[in-house]
Amino acid sequence: MFKKTPFYIGLQDIVEALHGYWLPCMLAWQDISIRYKRSRLGQFWLTINTLIYISTLGIIFGSLFRFNLLEYLPNISASVLMWNFMNASITEGSMSFISSENIILQVKLPFFTYIIRTLIRNFIAFCHNIVIFPFICLCVGYKINFYAFLSIFGLLIVFLNLSWICIIAAVFCTRFRDLQQIIISIMQILFYVTPVVWSVKAFPPNFSPLMLTLNPFYNFINVVKMPLLGYAPAASEWMFCCGLAVVGWCAALYTLGKYKRRIAYWL
Amino acid sequence: MAFITLEHVGVEFPIFNAQGRSLKNTILSFATGGQIEKGKGNTVVVKSLQDISLSLVHGDRVGLVGHNGAGKTTLLRVISGIYIPTSGVCEVEGRCVSLINIHLGINHEETGRSNIKLRAAMMGLKPKQIEEKMEEIAEFCELGDFLDMPFRTYSSGMQMRLAFATSTSIDPDILIMDEWLSTGDENFKVRANERMKSLVDKTKILVLASHSRSMLEQNCNKIIWLEHGRIKAIGEPQPILDAYFSH
Repeated sequence: MFKKTPFYIGLQDIVEALHGYWLPCMLAWQDISIRYKRSRLGQFWLTINTLIYISTLGIIFGSLFRFNLLEYLPNISASVLMWNFMNASITEGSMSFISSENIILQVKLPFFTYIIRTLIRNFIAFCHNIVIFPFICLCVGYKINFYAFLSIFGLLIVFLNLSWICIIAAVFCTRFRDLQQIIISIMQILFYVTPVVWSVKAFPPNFSPLMLTLNPFYNFINVVKMPLLGYAPAASEWMFCCGLAVVGWCAALYTLGKYKRRIAYWL
Repeated sequence: MAFITLEHVGVEFPIFNAQGRSLKNTILSFATGGQIEKGKGNTVVVKSLQDISLSLVHGDRVGLVGHNGAGKTTLLRVISGIYIPTSGVCEVEGRCVSLINIHLGINHEETGRSNIKLRAAMMGLKPKQIEEKMEEIAEFCELGDFLDMPFRTYSSGMQMRLAFATSTSIDPDILIMDEWLSTGDENFKVRANERMKSLVDKTKILVLASHSRSMLEQNCNKIIWLEHGRIKAIGEPQPILDAYFSH
């Protein structure tokens, strides 16, 4: 009877999707390569936009609040890059099934395929944008060290966490179409609550520090950002991210397994 | 061993935004559609299929007839595994490929070649198998150097050729079609028909929904007549087709 449990059905979907991994990769690559058709810079246009955003924000906020630009600019660029990646992944990820409606109603494919497609597409975009970081470091003369390699593992754990968030969001956004708007608002609030553009040093001492340490996005940003900036990653942040991934994936497997048979009807 | 077994299969669509009366009335006015019932709470439920039982085995060539909204496409989707029945049991054994829309996954900015790859991957081919099929597909659609041009530069006839050649390059156990695929100018039509024939001959079970009597007579050895989401008749083609096309 184990085969009938939601966990098993959900797990089966994930395994099937990973087994045919080339399809979502092809689809994601196509999404990006379209942006290069008829435009030589393609995806890099978005990188240029991000660069302008980061440098303007960094210089204005930096001078307004008299931050040390040498530290503030690399810091904010790593944070904003991570935030943009996570924000785009979650908002687009929640639409994964709705935007692939025509495929879902024509061919039987595992549902996780569509989530991988969205995540890979955003990851490729992130790989374009990441060149901003060394560029800014070079401009302000900030030195990076070997800890930077650890950020790859950080990215991996963030990727795992984004996957489960997207699975749950995509399932419920397909059923309740207005949820997408709510998710956009929540991400907006989280943007202000999380130290993305403001520095942790500015955190008021009379507030509980738990507001930071229990904020998943603060942890997600830090496991990638800290090594990039040349600091050893904090064990507590790593443990938080891993723990969250385990709990989140259990919830995602259950949700996917329980509602898998209904998704096609909701489209 | 390929087989399809459906036992008392029912498919109900919840319509979440149909709480107002007006929409409900609009749906009710479609006399040809499935049956509409009030579900739990305020949701309206459209019963697309009700109590469908059938059993298909190796060698069956099944034609599906019925008016618009009788549930043909829904039944095709149930067999393809896209809709999981809300009641009853559906068991399908064998690799199932549906040609409901042959333009699926075509991207107009991409070249013909990468469209072939993508489409083939969607039908479940592995990258290695796609490479093997590539030459054969390219040869069949006779597009020459156009294969490396963006799809949007193709004439509609060329677009059809590419889509047709790719979707028919597979060899499934169970083939599901919504209308017979026929396409292109006279010369291509002949070759296309030959290719369809050989594809159909290779498959173990064919399920074809069609409004064309001659197509059904030529290809099917069994007919299912759907009406209001129920099976009205099932069996030998001639008597059922006579009854269906004269009523």
